[in-house]
Amino acid sequence: MYPITTLHYLVLSVALLLIGTVGVLTRRNIVIILMSIELILNAVNINLVAFSHALHNLGGQIFAIFVITDAVAEAAVGLGILIALFRNKETVQADEIDLLKW
Amino acid sequence: MLIDTISFYIFAFMVLAGGVFTITRRNAVHSAISLIVSLLGVAGLYLLQQAEFLFVVQVMLYVGGIMLLFLFVIMLVNLDQAARERQFNKAWLVGLAAVVGVAAEIGYVLYRGRDAFHVADSMTAVPAPPALGNTEMLADALFSEYLLPFEIASILLLVAVVGSVVMAKKRI
Repeated sequence: MYPITTLHYLVLSVALLLIGTVGVLTRRNIVIILMSIELILNAVNINLVAFSHALHNLGGQIFAIFVITDAVAEAAVGLGILIALFRNKETVQADEIDLLKW
Repeated sequence: MLIDTISFYIFAFMVLAGGVFTITRRNAVHSAISLIVSLLGVAGLYLLQQAEFLFVVQVMLYVGGIMLLFLFVIMLVNLDQAARERQFNKAWLVGLAAVVGVAAEIGYVLYRGRDAFHVADSMTAVPAPPALGNTEMLADALFSEYLLPFEIASILLLVAVVGSVVMAKKRI
C-alpha cells in the first residue's frame, strides 16, 4: 500500500515544468515553443489543484481556472503573432528572427 | 486506495512521456498529438483529486479548443521546411545546463521541505463527502468571492480575441 501524497504531485509538477522549460529554451520551432509554454502552465495547475485538495480549500481550483483562461488568451494571441510573422518573414524558426539582436 | 495509486502512476507516465515526446519530435503534428496525451494525463490527475469541473474544462478547453487552434496553425503555416532543418538552437547546451541548475535547486527545496507536507496525510484519510458537488461549490465561490477577477478575465479574453484578429489580418 503506497498512498499518493501531495509530494508525489509536487515532484510530478516539477518534472513537467522542467520538461517545458527545456522545450522553450532549446527548440527552434516557434509552434513547439508555444506548446512547451502550455506544458509549463499545466505543471502550475497540477500544483494548484494538489494543494487545493490537500488543504480542502477551493481557492486553488479557482486559480487554476484563471490560469487556464490566461493559457487560452496566450495561445490565441501567440498563434496570431506567429501567422503574422510567417506572412512577413517566411520562417517559423525562433533564432532566424534576430532583427533586434546586437 | 490501491486503484488510486495505480491510476496516479499511469496518468503521471502519460503526462511525462507526452511532455518528453512533445519537445523532441521533429514533426510538429506528432508534437501536438503527444501534447494531447500529456494534457489528458493532467485531466486524469484532476479527476483523481476530485476536481471534476476542472477535468471537464481541461478536456473541453485544452484538448478540444487549444489543440484545435494549434493544429489549424500547423496546417496554415508551412512546416515542411522547418522539419528538415536543425531542430535545436545553438545555445541548447546552455539552456540544458540552466535547467539542470534549476532542477537541483527545486529538488533540494523539496527534499529539505518534505516533512512540511504533513498536509499530505489528509489526502490518505477519507474526508467526509462535501454536501455540495464540486461544480456547485466552485460556482458559489467564483460568482461571489471571486466575481471581480472573473469579470477581469472576461475582459482579458475580449482583448485577446480582438488582438489575435488584428494580428492575423492581412491589411488593417
